[in-house]
Amino acid sequence: MTDYALLAGQLFNGVSVASILLLAALGLALSFGLMRVINMAHGEMLMVGGYLSFLTYRLAPARLGFGLALIAAFVGAAAFGALLELVLIRRLYGRPLDTLLATWGVSLALQQAARSIFGAIGVEVTAPKWLAGSFTVKGGLMAGFNLPYVRLFIIALAVFVLGGVWLFIQRTRLGLYVRAVHQDREMAEALGVNTGLVDLVIFALGTGVAGLAGSVLAFIAPVTPTVGQSYIVYAFLVVILGGLGSLLGTLLAAAVVGLFSAGAQIFTSVSFADVLLLMFVIGFIQFRPSGIFAARGRALEEG
Amino acid sequence: MRNFRVVACLLALGVLALAPAYLSAYELSLLGRFLALSILALGLTMTWGRTGILSLGQGVFFGLGGYFLAMHLKLMRLGAGEIPDFMEWTGLGYLPWWWKPFYSGAFSLATIILVPALLAGALAWLVFRRRVGGVYFAIITQALALAFSTLLISQQKYTGGFNGLTDFGDAFGFTLGDNGAQLGLYWLTLGVLAPAFAFSAWLLDTHFGKLLCAIRDGENRVRFLGYDPVPYKAAVFALGALFAAVAGALFTLHDGVISPAMVGVVPSIEMIIWVAVGGRESLAGAVLGTLVVNLCKDWVSSAMPELWLFAMGVLFIVVVTIFPRGLGGMLEGWLLPGAEGLLARFGDRKKRASRLGEAPPRGSQRAEMMKKSEVQQNA
Repeated sequence: MTDYALLAGQLFNGVSVASILLLAALGLALSFGLMRVINMAHGEMLMVGGYLSFLTYRLAPARLGFGLALIAAFVGAAAFGALLELVLIRRLYGRPLDTLLATWGVSLALQQAARSIFGAIGVEVTAPKWLAGSFTVKGGLMAGFNLPYVRLFIIALAVFVLGGVWLFIQRTRLGLYVRAVHQDREMAEALGVNTGLVDLVIFALGTGVAGLAGSVLAFIAPVTPTVGQSYIVYAFLVVILGGLGSLLGTLLAAAVVGLFSAGAQIFTSVSFADVLLLMFVIGFIQFRPSGIFAARGRALEEG
Repeated sequence: MRNFRVVACLLALGVLALAPAYLSAYELSLLGRFLALSILALGLTMTWGRTGILSLGQGVFFGLGGYFLAMHLKLMRLGAGEIPDFMEWTGLGYLPWWWKPFYSGAFSLATIILVPALLAGALAWLVFRRRVGGVYFAIITQALALAFSTLLISQQKYTGGFNGLTDFGDAFGFTLGDNGAQLGLYWLTLGVLAPAFAFSAWLLDTHFGKLLCAIRDGENRVRFLGYDPVPYKAAVFALGALFAAVAGALFTLHDGVISPAMVGVVPSIEMIIWVAVGGRESLAGAVLGTLVVNLCKDWVSSAMPELWLFAMGVLFIVVVTIFPRGLGGMLEGWLLPGAEGLLARFGDRKKRASRLGEAPPRGSQRAEMMKKSEVQQNA
């Protein structure tokens, strides 16, 4: 393998990690922008999605399995998110730190539930045949540069989901309400927007996307009770970097975090890359405390 | 009222001081261990309960204190020219330069006291300076806990990796583990906890402590009154880290081991639940909460280990949604007013207004929610 191929491979890895982070962080960023709450159980939505697609593969006929698994993961995680929002988060409105702690409790309980049901070791999902291979550059400067189809699929899915969410927010009636509530909750409420419904929809959409991420993650690594934990802290950092509820900011931040980790890993170990990433984030907020794209407003207490 | 509190605290201290007389050696070692942890909880009460800074990375400072002491104890076991066992196994073959100063007990104690506090102060200052706070700060501290524990595990050559540091030599002239040292350790723990408690209570009563509450309830109003909240927040966070480090060092003495399993993300959040159960604003609640939660953990995890995480999750949800003021709140809500009522016949009664540590609400729905919770609190 040439140096170029190694570099390109690491770059590809970075983009691949970034696309997973994007899927994981999208829901967090949206609901944080809208409701100012952080859902610590968001990582467990990845886990729920992963286990749901595992179950679907078990139960559904092989041909349909792939599509059904994605749908089941999305719908299941979204339903879970909706339930969480209705039962818990709604009650803690205006107490962001308490929401954080309560949802952490949900996260612990879900992890333990998964451990009791599926075991601690994790379950494997085999990707369908057409996703199993990889594309390898045979000669020239990039000889040995390897692109697994699964990772290409995840990148495509992330682009597709981002596009879909963007269309939803920019082009639909409900999306208009979402933007209205994001800009000024009280005013939107006064004009008759059902803010509770908007919160619910966005929250469920976010957890659904996380479930989708968990479903495709299952092709790369076994689904374990702690699969959410390994991604969620990075997803939080993406939210900090991205700014309040900005789609473009989240995209850029996911790219930055993914590429930064992949880049740092060329020079140092994974654990040092983590430390460097954290220092980078703390350094970054010295210059832009409210993220890449800050929501501009005159209110002091906002955000 | 005030006198009543002091008397109650002294009574509790008396009960704890007499513990060696009525507890078995095993129970005493458990109690000592939990009392060491409650020093950390005092710090959390000040940073989270009073100032509204939620740290999900307190395990880092706890771990730093523990590791610094453990390094010293590890070196105390060695003869001339020897290196710690794990360094041999991992083929390091020499003692890294930054381990060498830990031969000195005084240096080790100084690092325990200074390094975590300075680190925490610097971190808090960097973050709060740019008016980043609340949820952001919680997440940053959690990332810190993750980075710290993975770093410890991956640098096995220098840190003992996943197994951490154990198998210690003599601590400052005492052999750990023999009965006399166990008792001495208990007294030492109590001897640190009591002044720490008194100091915290005094500090929260000063102008400084009142400003902390003011920052929690309305940081911008404090700014408008001409104060800069940043140094106050950094200072109290550093103090919390100092308490955590001392607790970590004491705990390492009790437990005979410190490992990444005690400093990572989950242990750090476990520390929050001690204080949440105890009542985040109350110092006595912090100690009580630590004892209660850890006793429960001891029972649950020896009977059904798999249940503990589950129990902790449910505990979090219940405490936060239904009992945000915890045991300490109940104590103040039921016990004290009773005693207070008796005392009130002899003196004037002051009603203490207290509010939960969140920013003032904006907007109708939030205002309504807050009003409701205020009514509950004042009831």
